[in-house]
Amino acid sequence: MAFAHKNLIDITEYSRDDIMLLLQTARRFKEVNERRIKQVPTLKGATVVNMFNEPSTRTRSSFEIAEKRLSANSLNFGGSSTSTVKGESLSDTVETLCAYKIDLIVVRDAHAGVPRKIADLSGVPVIDAGDGKHQHPTQALLDLYSIWERGCDFDGLNVGIVGDVAHSRVAGSLVPALKTMGSNVTLVAPPTLLPARPDVLGADAVTSDLDGVLGGLDVVYMLRVQRERLEGAPFPSLREYSRLFGLTKARDALMRPDAIVCHPGPINRGVELDSFMADHPERSVILDQVYAGILVRMAALYLLIGGANDGIDA
Amino acid sequence: MALMLRNARCIDPQVGLDEVCDVLVRDGKVVEVGHGLDLPKGVERDLSGKVMVPGLVDAHVHLRDPGFEYKEDIASGTRAAAHGGFTAVCAMPNTDPVVDDAVGVEYVKARAAEVGKCRVVVAGACSKDLAGEVLSDMGDMRAHGAAAFTDDGRGVQDAGMMRRVMDYAAQFGCPVMPHCQDDSLVGDGQVNEGVASTRLGLSGWPAEGEELEIARDIALCRLTGCPLHVQHITTARGLELVRAAKREGLPVTCEVTPHHMLLTEDDIADDYPTALKVNPPLRTAADAAALVEGLADGSIDCIVTDHAPHADWEKDREFELAPFGMVGLETSLALVLTKFVHEGVIGYDRLVWAMAANPRKLLGQEPVTIAPGSTADFTVFDPAEEWTVERDGFCSKAGNSGFLGWRLKGRATDVYVGGYATMEEGRIIE
Amino acid sequence: MEEPKAFECMNSEGIDRAMTRMAHQILEANKGADGLVLVGILTRGDELAKKLERRILDIEGIELPLGVLDISFYRDDFATHFSPEVLSTDIPFSIDGKTVVLVDDVLYTGRTIRAALDALMDIGRPKAVQLAVLVDRGHRELPIRADFVGKNVPSSESQNVRLLLEEVDGVPSVVEVYDVPEGGRVGSAPIRREA
Repeated sequence: MAFAHKNLIDITEYSRDDIMLLLQTARRFKEVNERRIKQVPTLKGATVVNMFNEPSTRTRSSFEIAEKRLSANSLNFGGSSTSTVKGESLSDTVETLCAYKIDLIVVRDAHAGVPRKIADLSGVPVIDAGDGKHQHPTQALLDLYSIWERGCDFDGLNVGIVGDVAHSRVAGSLVPALKTMGSNVTLVAPPTLLPARPDVLGADAVTSDLDGVLGGLDVVYMLRVQRERLEGAPFPSLREYSRLFGLTKARDALMRPDAIVCHPGPINRGVELDSFMADHPERSVILDQVYAGILVRMAALYLLIGGANDGIDA
Repeated sequence: MALMLRNARCIDPQVGLDEVCDVLVRDGKVVEVGHGLDLPKGVERDLSGKVMVPGLVDAHVHLRDPGFEYKEDIASGTRAAAHGGFTAVCAMPNTDPVVDDAVGVEYVKARAAEVGKCRVVVAGACSKDLAGEVLSDMGDMRAHGAAAFTDDGRGVQDAGMMRRVMDYAAQFGCPVMPHCQDDSLVGDGQVNEGVASTRLGLSGWPAEGEELEIARDIALCRLTGCPLHVQHITTARGLELVRAAKREGLPVTCEVTPHHMLLTEDDIADDYPTALKVNPPLRTAADAAALVEGLADGSIDCIVTDHAPHADWEKDREFELAPFGMVGLETSLALVLTKFVHEGVIGYDRLVWAMAANPRKLLGQEPVTIAPGSTADFTVFDPAEEWTVERDGFCSKAGNSGFLGWRLKGRATDVYVGGYATMEEGRIIE
Repeated sequence: MEEPKAFECMNSEGIDRAMTRMAHQILEANKGADGLVLVGILTRGDELAKKLERRILDIEGIELPLGVLDISFYRDDFATHFSPEVLSTDIPFSIDGKTVVLVDDVLYTGRTIRAALDALMDIGRPKAVQLAVLVDRGHRELPIRADFVGKNVPSSESQNVRLLLEEVDGVPSVVEVYDVPEGGRVGSAPIRREA
């Protein structure tokens, strides 16, 4: 049986079984990451290009570690020296990369749709590491993994996603992924930070009343306030935002005793989360998410570069 | 020189004509329309099986000349027009430099006279450099032949400035044609706000960003009395505003493009096809259906293409970085025939009104009819020819059509401008 | 695909006897159970290692550490073979300085064992590694041999030799030889997972 996908670009193309296989594969890589020699030769000789046309430290580091632990040769391409800035077209850049004879491209770009375009142009497998305000599928998968490792059953799980959903590629992948897994998704945000049609993402409910829904949530997923996207001033001040939508110690009493808190990082302490919540020993899974990032990216690389299972055993 | 056009089915609702007949043309004018006419000396053309209508006019075209000749120029753009069956186009002023003075008007006229394959009517800018701040030289441009004024490509943001534009233009009796777009609502909108913007993760271009300016400009029309022609209308509510203005008796007209009637936001698939990035954006299926209804009931005056050529490399890039617009001159007539006339949505008479008679009237051009005394600008098409839209089939320099690969029925075969053929049997006459 | 006709070369009793004999041989060769650990290779080697562990407990009264090794990430034919099985390595003890007895079902080309040795070396530094297999069918492609063999089964390259275990496959345990149809898969039977 071969893995049914060549790319990881649009999470809505992945079925529940596909996602479960990815999570289970990620779990298999835990053993590798917890021993002295944290490396396996699986992708020896494969070349993976990390094409980051938008600055990113965390996601790129996570992919790099995943690639190195699978023994792939990784090439970092882009960053401040991106050829697009130099006036080269995307197609020319991709053709150049293909002439290097590469096996997979990880793409981060400020513009929606670029990973798909690169997949079409290059013919090699592509992993979307975040495209504009569109999707960020490995983030959604690592979120699911962290929730799953906490023993949560996705079926009927009540997840609240709080914050700037309108500009969030994290929500763009996470909402449909949670829906695929059978969970209930409530978006919590000021109306100025909601997408035009939350139902298109798959959200079950939309509200601006965090306190009103907090008691019903198993998972509280706090989105990052993206200061760089706030020119339109969708709320009057960080202080007011924190008061209305920040997860603070004062709100702890409103939460279910077993509810967990997720955040894609990096955290704006004192804005969307206070330190009590960010560091909460039982509730916060934020560092688990970082670790899960390595595991699911290893799993994605493994499944996407792998071919048909018709080799010879013994 | 005499020209005898024989046996075409001649359709002209302006004079109540719909029959197979002969048309005799001499010195660029129609001399006689009838049966079995005699031609002692001259050229005869047998147009059996074809339909002949008053020459089509596209009131909204970007020829890109001067300044962006790599996208299109007056020679290639007017060839594309002739190839699509048009006898005249109205060139938009958003060139480089902008056509905001008499020199610009004269340049376009001179180039068109030299290399054009159809008549070129010039629209001048409303404001200097399309900046929406200072009035353009409207009177001077009018004196040199400008037919209308528009800042097409941009909405005039300041209501006071728009009032000044319309107040001032009113004295010349020619229409102001706004591109209705409120930038404070539209921002960097890429696609229709709603399903498409959410699905694709792109900034939304809300319908209200268009409707608000339509409503404002109708109010200013009432205030100033200046004729208002709303460009490329795309929403059901925008059309309702125009209908209400017409009922009120205001001098308001509007136009629609084939792509806003035949394509919707749902056609923008997840491969982010930049050919479908247009401004205003493709709207909902309900909006498109309302526009078709408006075309059929006459609320929409003109079909235009908003022919917006771009070089391949400009469109072959990230959706958010690609320019807005698609070409249309060479598909418009065939799309209207295939999707509306052959499907029974409209008759040939509506086609003639929307693609020939009304645009001519809008632009203050002398009427063209299939009757003695009229200028001999005619479009002849084969309503049964089936063909596939292909990049290589275009005379335009550009290929940014949203209809590539579409199978169409009906195509212009012969075009006459002032009694001279610009196209015969599908081939441009050099 | 239709099941090919199989020739049975070891039945359930034969397998049991072979496991008992191998347990004795392992203890004999290592002069007891001191410093021994058992590591079974997924899939089915783990079950055989379990059998050995039980027999050694019966014989010596000593419970040997028992681990499971997944070699999917070490395969040299990864490009054409990836394992969607959701099992993974589980060796909950240190192998440093120990004598590791690797256990597998069928020894064929030796490539699985090569991958297993690499995997073991990444996990720790054993004093020695010994190999126990239920069946050696020949056709080695690498310089690898087994220390303990349940049965030598001469076979042709167009045949497959596979082990089915009651615990895993729900049928009476058996080692069978059959002709591989054109394009068929050589190797162990897939593990049936619950739906």
